[in-house]
Amino acid sequence: MKPTPEHLLWMYEKMIEIRAYEETMAKVYMEGKLPPKIQKGLAFDIGAGPVPGEMHLAAGQEPVAVGVCAHLGDQDSVVGAHRSHHFAIAKGVPLDAMTAEMFGKDTGLGRGKGGHMHLFHVPTRFSCSGIVGASAPQACGAALAARKLGTDSVAVAFFGEGAANQGAFHESLNLAAVWKLPVVFVCEDNKYGISVEKSVSTAVASNASRAAAYGMPGVLVERNDAIDVYAAAGAAIARARRGEGPTLIEVKTDRYFGHFQGDPENYRPKGEGAALRQDDPIARLAAALRGAGLLDDGREHVLRMRIAGRIESAFAYGRQSPYPAARDAFEHVFAD
Amino acid sequence: MQESSKDGAVRTLTMAQAIAEAIGQEMERDPSVFVMGEDIGRYGGIFSATTGLLDRFGPERVMETPISETAFMGAAVGAAAEGLRPIAELMFVDFFGVCFDQIYNHMAKNCYMSGGAVKLPVVITTGIGGGYNDAAQHSQCLYASFAHMPGLKVVVPSNAYDAKGLMIQAIRDNNPVVFCYHKGIMGLSWMSYFEGSTNAVPEQAYAIPFGKARVVREGSDVTIVTLSQMVHKAALAAEQLAGEGISVEVLDLRTIVPLDREAVLASVARTGRVLVADEDYLSFGLSGEIAALVAEHLDTVPLRAPVRRLAVPDVPIPFSRPLEQAVIPQVESIADAVRGLMEAGKPINSLLQGAPA
Ligand SMILES: Cc1ncc(C[n+]2csc(CCOP(=O)(O)OP(=O)(O)O)c2C)c(N)n1
Repeated sequence: MKPTPEHLLWMYEKMIEIRAYEETMAKVYMEGKLPPKIQKGLAFDIGAGPVPGEMHLAAGQEPVAVGVCAHLGDQDSVVGAHRSHHFAIAKGVPLDAMTAEMFGKDTGLGRGKGGHMHLFHVPTRFSCSGIVGASAPQACGAALAARKLGTDSVAVAFFGEGAANQGAFHESLNLAAVWKLPVVFVCEDNKYGISVEKSVSTAVASNASRAAAYGMPGVLVERNDAIDVYAAAGAAIARARRGEGPTLIEVKTDRYFGHFQGDPENYRPKGEGAALRQDDPIARLAAALRGAGLLDDGREHVLRMRIAGRIESAFAYGRQSPYPAARDAFEHVFAD
Repeated sequence: MQESSKDGAVRTLTMAQAIAEAIGQEMERDPSVFVMGEDIGRYGGIFSATTGLLDRFGPERVMETPISETAFMGAAVGAAAEGLRPIAELMFVDFFGVCFDQIYNHMAKNCYMSGGAVKLPVVITTGIGGGYNDAAQHSQCLYASFAHMPGLKVVVPSNAYDAKGLMIQAIRDNNPVVFCYHKGIMGLSWMSYFEGSTNAVPEQAYAIPFGKARVVREGSDVTIVTLSQMVHKAALAAEQLAGEGISVEVLDLRTIVPLDREAVLASVARTGRVLVADEDYLSFGLSGEIAALVAEHLDTVPLRAPVRRLAVPDVPIPFSRPLEQAVIPQVESIADAVRGLMEAGKPINSLLQGAPA
């Protein structure tokens, strides 16, 4: 399946937006966390600054998000994991409320209750979780609902290659296959589960091969490339919409930052993060677009200005919005 | 206490260093001890509880696991049944949901169901607690959930000295022990913490028996029963209250299974007032247990004021800083609760008494 020019341009714009978002977040996240603002003995205070808590960034993994989400509409569900900004942005989750959530503000997606690992946006059917392996069963549920309600919606579960060793992953694949659910499982193989290399945690070279055990197609996308992911995801999503059941896709991708911000990265060869950036999928797509006459300096400039504006306003919104009142902690334990 | 010369050389260690040292010494002493878990090798554990062990003992005894908690917790059960002594780390206590069956239906019960024939000397280590905005899936304490299941011992240290001695005891115990360390007192270079948790630790191995609470500070007006990071908050509150003429005794439980009921009752008998300060959820948990214990002994332990409890008021831990600060008991809320106790009957003017209607 070849992307249309509209889809190519959309993927390009979204990749730049995701990258710019993550690079901005990497800077903002460090505000207030370093000396001299912090007490003695500390190198870095994870709980300080305007965006406290853990922060897992997805720069480098943009092709997976845009290649899949290019085929999805608001009616389709996406369930992500702890590293989910790229999926949220590609799925169309509003940037302002998403950012405000990470600042813990009342205007955030979850009124400040969830934070960066727990983003929920009902209108675009987006959710994610800090529990590794939790996405696959919930995507099965969304797919089951689509079938019961008679819609042609599909559900996508995103997760890392580390999560593919969870029982929940294997149970979900079997369930989806026996029930022929309209679900696509997308595994991002960025080589590491925190510090643990895939070769240490996983007995097969590619998770795509595990699909065979569950009677579903398994597709390996070997290159961290938006067009390649687009093709694989397009076929899988079309198959799911036709009622032919689930597919498992694994994409070999790259995580440019550490597992979380502040990660000493003592498990990876020095300079690996920087080396990976030499083969940037955004630059590659830009070259393809220019070759096809879809992009020139003028359009590139306009596009980048537009994205910079969106990001700037999202972070300003996050900063300027009010915190919830302490008493609000008691709201929403139960639904009305 | 900790400076006695028979313990040999004494240095100051963080709680993380003390735990790693205890594990290393026991691994040296007993070849059946091994460690497994996520990121416990080269990384040294996300909370540094296994730093240096891979280099010393190699990958056969310091085993990196896949993110397959049911498999490795179950493997701990199976290996322990064969006579090994596994230490299994699952970095955040919040993640136990995915492998709880192996723990509460097997690890906790097989000894009992086998009429004592099967022994499972497993230590599970895990990080607990919030205070740094990691939200509802990464900030819980949950030790009372383990304590609720018969068959599991539950250790919750507050400082490096205790952590080392309790870890050695845990490894030598023939039962499954859940060892919960609060991230905010490990002495990590990336998280602010309470300095009192880093203290003098003898080099030599020593064991601290379970079920022996420690009086952190003596007092005559009010007993604060507490544990883990809250010990340090309670001590700060006590210091503040001393300036106001209120004498507070702080009791660190150290283990909740077994629970040192005698120490609680003896202290409350002296002071006549009790506040339980707990970072776990309020209802059906540790604070209720302590309150019930006192209530059951009112004939011999008369109170001058009703029992008070401060705990997370039955809401998941919120991400946003002002919300999190409000639901986790703080030094100021502990001090307020004690002041309220001193004027018996005066309600605590605090959010932490529970959700408004
Ligand atoms: C059930 C559970 N176990 C462990 C963790 C801790 N943890 C968070 S992310 C992570 C690694 C995940 O690796 P992978 O699935 O490959 O995703 P990536 O981080 O590479 O995107 C681990 C072990 C968790 N959050 N949940």
